[in-house]
Amino acid sequence: MSYAATTDQHDEHHGAPKNFFQRWCMSTNHKDIGSLYLIFALTMLFVGGSFAMLIRAELFKPGMQLMQPYFFNELTSMHGLIMIFGAIMPAFVGLGNWMIPLMIGAPDMALPRMNNLSFWILPFAFILLLSSMFLPGGGPAGGWTMYPPLSLQSESLPYAVFAIHLMGISSIMGAINIIATILNMRAPGMDLMKMPIFVWSWLITAFLLIAVMPVLAGAVTMLLTDKYFGTNFFNPGGGGDPILYQHIFWFFGHPEVYIMILPAFGIVSEIIPTFARKPIFGYKAMVFSIACIAFLSFIVWAHHMFAVGLPIGADMFFMYATMLIAVPTGVKVFNWVATMWGSSMTFETPMLFAIAFVVLFSIGGFSGLMMALVPADFQYHDTYFIVAHFHYVLVTGALFAILGAAYLWMPKWTGHMYSEFWGKVHFWNSLIWVNVLFFPQHFLGLAGMPRRIPDYNVAFANFNMISSIGGFLFGATQLIFLGVLIHCVFFSRKKATDRVWEGAKGLEWTVPSPAPFHTFTIPPLVVGNELAHGHMGD
Amino acid sequence: MTSGGIRRSIKASVAFALAMLCGVVQAAPHPWQMNMERGASTWSSVPYSLNNIALGVCVVIGALVFGAMFVSIFRFRKSRGAVAEKWSHNTTVEVIWITIPVLILATLAYMASGGLVSWSDTTGSQMTVKVTGYQWKWRYDYVEYMGKPLEKVGFMSKLDTQSDETRQLGSGMNPYAVKEGDESTYLLNVDNPLVIPVDTKVRFVITSGDVIHSWWVPAMGWKLDAVPGIINAAWTNMTKIGTYRGQCAELCGQDHGFMPIVVVVKSKADFAKWLAAQEAANAEPAEDAPVATASDTAAVPPAVAVLAKGAR
Repeated sequence: MSYAATTDQHDEHHGAPKNFFQRWCMSTNHKDIGSLYLIFALTMLFVGGSFAMLIRAELFKPGMQLMQPYFFNELTSMHGLIMIFGAIMPAFVGLGNWMIPLMIGAPDMALPRMNNLSFWILPFAFILLLSSMFLPGGGPAGGWTMYPPLSLQSESLPYAVFAIHLMGISSIMGAINIIATILNMRAPGMDLMKMPIFVWSWLITAFLLIAVMPVLAGAVTMLLTDKYFGTNFFNPGGGGDPILYQHIFWFFGHPEVYIMILPAFGIVSEIIPTFARKPIFGYKAMVFSIACIAFLSFIVWAHHMFAVGLPIGADMFFMYATMLIAVPTGVKVFNWVATMWGSSMTFETPMLFAIAFVVLFSIGGFSGLMMALVPADFQYHDTYFIVAHFHYVLVTGALFAILGAAYLWMPKWTGHMYSEFWGKVHFWNSLIWVNVLFFPQHFLGLAGMPRRIPDYNVAFANFNMISSIGGFLFGATQLIFLGVLIHCVFFSRKKATDRVWEGAKGLEWTVPSPAPFHTFTIPPLVVGNELAHGHMGD
Repeated sequence: MTSGGIRRSIKASVAFALAMLCGVVQAAPHPWQMNMERGASTWSSVPYSLNNIALGVCVVIGALVFGAMFVSIFRFRKSRGAVAEKWSHNTTVEVIWITIPVLILATLAYMASGGLVSWSDTTGSQMTVKVTGYQWKWRYDYVEYMGKPLEKVGFMSKLDTQSDETRQLGSGMNPYAVKEGDESTYLLNVDNPLVIPVDTKVRFVITSGDVIHSWWVPAMGWKLDAVPGIINAAWTNMTKIGTYRGQCAELCGQDHGFMPIVVVVKSKADFAKWLAAQEAANAEPAEDAPVATASDTAAVPPAVAVLAKGAR
């Protein structure tokens, strides 16, 4: 089956609009909106990353050198908010927007105008959030979690709350769109159990988003009314309870963690079979384990709160439920390794990122398992051990998967091959420096360094300096990615083939590279072995 | 740098081991420290050994999984002529790699549950101290000792002056110069430490006067949040005389990093003397006896304005 056989090449009457404003600001095209999301996410990655550089610069050695402690707290809070809501989540939405219609043989997203709206809300939300840093009193400084009563002391609370409302609306609309697309617009023959795992992971993630973003909106609205409208949800002086906020927040927050990792699982499950030239091991187990993790994510939230003084029964329940997540997560890791066993691998940049993901995400998972043990967590909680853990999961986990996906699909997006040499330079530098950056933070946490402090005892100096050096070089390395991207889009002369990778399977590889403005206007014919990896006889 | 680092870390760990062997300890983080400390209370070995066991389990599983992965990376490369096989399913191995983790997890959960139960039991304490967090200092009120209620012993505990001057932006002062004896105490020292007796089960009731803080002395093996409107309880029974340092562990505003905790563990006799001196000093009418009562005690609002009904 080829693209030309199923569609006419008469794109000129309905190609991309020539007018810049019309093309990008009024776009209803899933590819253009996907690109907008990805460009936005990359921009936010550099904004949030520059905050991280400032944080690591202040922590380079003991003593306060660069900033007042309050500004440090603003930086840590904004770094968290921007990386989570501005970089990782929009990057996954961008990848979903670009690839889901291509992977299931749909002409576009189900709700293209809503797609436009859900993207264009985001820049305003983040301008609002960032602008609060320039207002008298400064930006939010109570951590990205915004625990009351501390967050109620900030005068920029309403800015952060409104920005979060906007991000939530955007996420919910994006999620509705993805669910509607996947459930209604699959090409004939593309059964649910034949969908690529990336599409499955996004379908489940979208349900998580719809379930929990309103909970976050509720929690921050309660903060707003507590501060300005005389309610006492979280004020013990009026009969409220500050811990209530933490329960509500983490009921959102833990599924949110999986919102940021499930699509990464999907991406890695696409990359590994492609470069291993072998069907994914245990397709059904992969889909089922994602669903399982998604379900468990709703009943583990209080493991973020072991130190607040929960009743012992709650401690035990949340400990056991949390440990249970290790089982489906283990299944995924074992399946990836089993996919590689007996395969025929090559190691292009996407594969390198996927392999690094499997190892380093597992390290993050291991420290997660250690933290599930409540008595040990009494020591780990709110230390750099936690910082190391979630950066292993989110940077070497989610971000590495996103970078792998970018390299995997960049030729499809641009029609050109990226520079494999510079891709590998980017990969190896990222791999080395990210470990120099985050691995010593395990030691700092175990030795007793709390998180979110701008200055520390001299005993912590050595590992902090190592970590900062790793941080600066990891940050600089991401500029290489920017270079690779710009080169690939504008300067690369090496044309990409339709299939791009020898082992590539799935509908997205049947359209030309670059993917035309409109694809699958006539539904493609789905043939079993053309599809993604591993649903045959499984 | 590496060899120097290793040499220094050996020196540091030898010094630390020596300190642990002597009766009096200075439990503070040391340079190049890479693991949790065992601590110095009857309970603190629980998180320590759980940490070590769980780490060991993770290292073994990691070695097996990553080992299998690296073997396949070297054996099954296209450049070595590997041809991809077609299988994508094997029920036996899938059952095995679900069952074995479940058994390992059940074992870990069993051990952790035992530790949690012993931690939760605050009964039978011989002394009670109320700990109140404020932005950005701690208040300690001695409630009762050996069944005898105490009323007059309580004081604020905040960052020591030397650390506080050194930590100011642009102070030009050297954090390495902040020392007590030969111990670097930068940001880990206070004006008035909490004093408790050795070999005594001390119950802490922990709360806050403003935002949420967290009271953490690593040598005790736990931290517990200080939440306004809620009184949390925990206990310790320190087995060694010495000075133990910790920090606030919950973001509480701009000076979150500057409200350390110092606990001095004295022999029962020395503690009784100290307590008597405190009571005598505070009993003097009107005059502010500056023994341990910080100058700003009076400026502090009552510990907790309102306690929520039915607080845990």
